[in-house]
Amino acid sequence: MYDKGSLTEKANAQGGHHMSVQAGADARRYASAKELIRKLGSQKIKRSHVIGYLFLAPFVILFSIFIVIPVFVSFGLSFTRYSMLEPPVWVGLTNFKILLMDDDIFLIALKNTMIFALITGPLGYIMSFMAAWVINQLKFKNGFALAFYAPSITSGIAMSVVWMYFFSGDRYGLINNLLLNLGLIVEPIIWNMSEKTIMPVVMIISVWMSMGTGFLVFLAGLQNVPRELYEAAAIDGIRSRFQELWYITLPLLKPQLLFGAINSIVGSFGVFDVAVSVAGIPSPNYAAHTLVAHLYDFAFIRFQMGYASAVAVCLFLITFILGRVSMKLFSSKDVY
Amino acid sequence: MTKIAAKKVRRRLRFRFSFKWFLVYVFMLSLVAFTALPIVYMVSTAFKPIDELFIYPPQFFVRRPTLINFSNLLFALNSSEVPFVRYIFNSVLTASVTVGLTVIVSAMGAFSLVKYKPPGSNIIFMIILGALMFSPHVTQIPTYMVVNSLGIINTYLALIIPKVAVAYNFFLMKQFTEQLPDVLLEAARIDGAGEWYIFWKIVMPSLRPAWATLIVFSFVANWNDYFSPLIFTTSQTMKTLPLALQTIAGGLSIARAGAVGAATLLMTMPTIIIFTIMQAKVMETMVHSGIKA
Repeated sequence: MYDKGSLTEKANAQGGHHMSVQAGADARRYASAKELIRKLGSQKIKRSHVIGYLFLAPFVILFSIFIVIPVFVSFGLSFTRYSMLEPPVWVGLTNFKILLMDDDIFLIALKNTMIFALITGPLGYIMSFMAAWVINQLKFKNGFALAFYAPSITSGIAMSVVWMYFFSGDRYGLINNLLLNLGLIVEPIIWNMSEKTIMPVVMIISVWMSMGTGFLVFLAGLQNVPRELYEAAAIDGIRSRFQELWYITLPLLKPQLLFGAINSIVGSFGVFDVAVSVAGIPSPNYAAHTLVAHLYDFAFIRFQMGYASAVAVCLFLITFILGRVSMKLFSSKDVY
Repeated sequence: MTKIAAKKVRRRLRFRFSFKWFLVYVFMLSLVAFTALPIVYMVSTAFKPIDELFIYPPQFFVRRPTLINFSNLLFALNSSEVPFVRYIFNSVLTASVTVGLTVIVSAMGAFSLVKYKPPGSNIIFMIILGALMFSPHVTQIPTYMVVNSLGIINTYLALIIPKVAVAYNFFLMKQFTEQLPDVLLEAARIDGAGEWYIFWKIVMPSLRPAWATLIVFSFVANWNDYFSPLIFTTSQTMKTLPLALQTIAGGLSIARAGAVGAATLLMTMPTIIIFTIMQAKVMETMVHSGIKA
């Protein structure tokens, strides 16, 4: 049995195709592309669309190969056992079960990453905003902006080396030296080897480096809030700077705040370089083991790609969900 | 009444010298001093002669600055290992090629998405926005498989190709391209200019602040990138600066302490210098970088 309707459609489509080829050849006759489109009627072959796709192609192709498809492949691999030598074997949810039930080191990594992200993320975010807010009201904005922003564009590896002069475990370390002189400690603290101090050191360095893109975005956004709004608000009875901040500035900056939030979530959950640089991999008693370090360990040292993909999926889900939450939180539908 | 209020605000917004403001400046300057401390120490250490590096108690500032650490780093480390200049070359090459490609590819894509809006552009943009929300580490395993199957492990290509299409760069470029008036393009079209010509001669020059910004961000990200060279290169000759620095800093040998100081300075300065040069343009672009959700 055949469907008459679909057949006619097919015929039409073929006819249309034929027509379009002819039209393509005739294109030169028409004064402009617009006229051509009108002549073609329902045929939606826009020359500009073809050009559009050509311009998009390089980015979209690379983006698909290295970002979009890998996300799906990661999800797929997380349900398999895969060593790159043999084809992947489907194991269902086993990887996730092992991760959450048996892999104590994963749980340590998860805990470390969570603690790190929950402290440095909001701290860096709030500090960035406050700094931008104050700097925006000062003279020499650019100078201040440079001073606050510079640490975030330095290499995490290089700066960990520099910070280790401060946190060096012997008497030569500047901080040990200071504490010894003040008589607060009797023996130098081995900052990057002792379980209790590794994570705080990593956090201090990271917070120091955290006034990054978010800070710049806030500063740029603040500079663009129209002054008339503040004047109008004063007439409406807003008195203090803090009222201005709460009722005018923050609502207007929602898009910037969202951008900053997403940046800071992704950054703080992806902690790796500084932790590795301070404490090595694996760190003493896994005190600075993070999700990315766990992923790296299983993927590129043990080549257990399936299991490592499960770690990647966890990381993906955490940041993605938090990203969606911030989108709800900073939704600017009510702002125009 | 209204006039008085408006005046009051204007006064509040304007810079005034008062004790309160003086305190704000003092506080902010002390914060600046605090954040600058490690950078100042790094610069100072890079120029310290060997005896000052190991003096007790440790000194913050250099007293007799010398360039010996730099010459040690660049020439003396050669005998045993890969010359340090090679790492500099690797970093400069991969970072600059990646930056160049990402600027062109993102600008082309953003131009298309904003000015041609071919069917499906909305979906493409939603996917790109979504990709802002996870860290690049998530996709490293399949990316490694792709790089591996292309047979480009341990080549410069492996350090370049996977990092050209970055969601973040595309997003910034798109936001800025939206400010570009259509009239400009229409005028060129009426004059009979081809689309490729329009892109290079009209669009790209108008987007200068945006690509200046991308140059800064992309250069910073690639110059400092530790993860991709870590997994995509195994041979010592293909390593970039972050890995090289980690290797020489890991030895903890006294002889190298000076060279390490010089290396951290060489590694850190380019990003700060590039940002300083481009700062005005970066701020201009960042105004458009909010996400409307």
